[in-house]
Amino acid sequence: MTAAVIIFFVLAAIAVLGALSLIFQKHPIHSALSLIVVMVALAGLYLLMGAEFVAAVQIIVYGGAIMVLFVFVIMLLNAEAEERTDFSKLAKFAGLPLTLALLGALAAVMIRARPGVANAAHPGSLADTRALSTMLFTNFVYPFELTSFLILVAILGAIVLAQREPK
Amino acid sequence: MSGFLTQNAFWILTIIKVVLLLFVVLTVNAYLTWFERKMVAHIQSRWGPHRVGPHGLLQPLADGAKFLLKEDPTPAGVDKFVYFLAPLLALALALTALAVIPFGPDPLPFRFFGQPISLWVSNPDISLLILFAITALSVYGVALAGWSSNSKYSLLGGLRSTAQMVSYELALTLSVVGVLLMANTFSLPKIIEAQAHSRWAIIPFLGWNIFGLSKGMIAPQIVGFLCFFIAAFAETNRAPFDLSEAESELVAGFHTEYASFKFAMFFIAEYTAMITVSCLCSILFFGGWLSPFPDSWTWTQYLPSVILLPFGLWVIWDGIKYETVFGRLVLPAVGTAITAVGAALIAFPQANEFIQPTFWLVAKVFFFLFFYVWARGTLPRLRYDQLMNVGWKLLLPVSIANVIVTSALVLWGGH
Repeated sequence: MTAAVIIFFVLAAIAVLGALSLIFQKHPIHSALSLIVVMVALAGLYLLMGAEFVAAVQIIVYGGAIMVLFVFVIMLLNAEAEERTDFSKLAKFAGLPLTLALLGALAAVMIRARPGVANAAHPGSLADTRALSTMLFTNFVYPFELTSFLILVAILGAIVLAQREPK
Repeated sequence: MSGFLTQNAFWILTIIKVVLLLFVVLTVNAYLTWFERKMVAHIQSRWGPHRVGPHGLLQPLADGAKFLLKEDPTPAGVDKFVYFLAPLLALALALTALAVIPFGPDPLPFRFFGQPISLWVSNPDISLLILFAITALSVYGVALAGWSSNSKYSLLGGLRSTAQMVSYELALTLSVVGVLLMANTFSLPKIIEAQAHSRWAIIPFLGWNIFGLSKGMIAPQIVGFLCFFIAAFAETNRAPFDLSEAESELVAGFHTEYASFKFAMFFIAEYTAMITVSCLCSILFFGGWLSPFPDSWTWTQYLPSVILLPFGLWVIWDGIKYETVFGRLVLPAVGTAITAVGAALIAFPQANEFIQPTFWLVAKVFFFLFFYVWARGTLPRLRYDQLMNVGWKLLLPVSIANVIVTSALVLWGGH
């Protein structure tokens, strides 16, 4: 057991526990906090794979900006603890088999892809900032620009929706 | 035993560094409160603390004892877990940020069981990004404290502060892009090294990013610096952007319901954030540990001694006038120590040369800390709508323009 493997299992355990806590917590703020724990644990996993930039951006964008907005909205609405309802019939009967099917599919893919995952663990190999930006602005420049455009449209849409009705 | 030490030298050294850094920073924090109260008092024609010890120098100790001994009631109806988590989170994140600040370029001349002793706890390639990640997370300390306290004032303070920090984070991050374009790296030591090549060797400080007259390009970052500095003031929740704890409107804002040491944790977090921001200002825009004088002016190396010797002598002279034990004995002892350090630096030129970079960094950091206090003493607090206007309609567009102009200058401004 090298240090990296131990750190991996610790971070993975934190991420899984955080995800479980996200589902089982009753209060929205506690769920949001659990989600932040998941995000930060994932950033740690990226760091372990040598993807420094992605790890930092994961914390800045997901752990910081997006989750702050979640928490902000929950605070602003002063949301109370949620009430448990009976599960829907569909969830009762189809839920468990579908979950197992998804788990099985994921496991099958992961078992097959094992060598590839092991190869990714070279610090600075492919994921350092310079290589990442070069790739983003040469090979993937059209998807990148299109995504930016999509986000811009979403921002405009939010502004239009939030605007007061003209009298 | 020595085998264990050699094997784990890195970890042991890191722990020693962390403990040392925490000790220094917490002491500086304590005396920063004293300095701030004294400065603001003098700005407002008052004396400030002057009862506890000569010049009120023991005031931080008295405050510390008070923080530890006061009753610590937990208000009714708080969300216990989050209520206790919030100050912990605020303090832990603020202190973590210091780990990536470099305090000098060269490792110490001796080694710790084979490990070179550098003047930083950690030096990752993405130190600046890590600092921004910590800034992004530090919003939660304030937001959660406001929410969990079960109090209107706390909630309003928390909401204000969250909105403010989210708004100013954009300008804060964008204003640094100019510096990144010039240095081509996220690493703080490399950003400092990139500022060492002035166009004219006789005026080295023109190479600093704020003037941006280096050998390859002309790209002054004065606009970027102003945006960064204003946004950083807002990020640290300091006057004139301290709306989250506006006394006249919100009692004490997000920490209204916190007493005793939990309150002290917010306090220490705020002052540590001030130190981090001052370090960042010096490193990103003012050449970090680079001296403003050319290398050929060797006499400038005696500046630390020139400051320390008279200061130490003055402390001795000032101390013996007092009738208390602290004044009669401790102050002259401290003064003698300061004088001795000043004299030792003249006697050992190698040691003197070694501390030069750290001296300049600390001098710059103190200037920015002074600026923080100065702003608090002289500027009125912004109104909330003014705050939002400054953040979104002034700082954000200006820092985006700065990115575009700097990109053009870096691309076409070179030879």
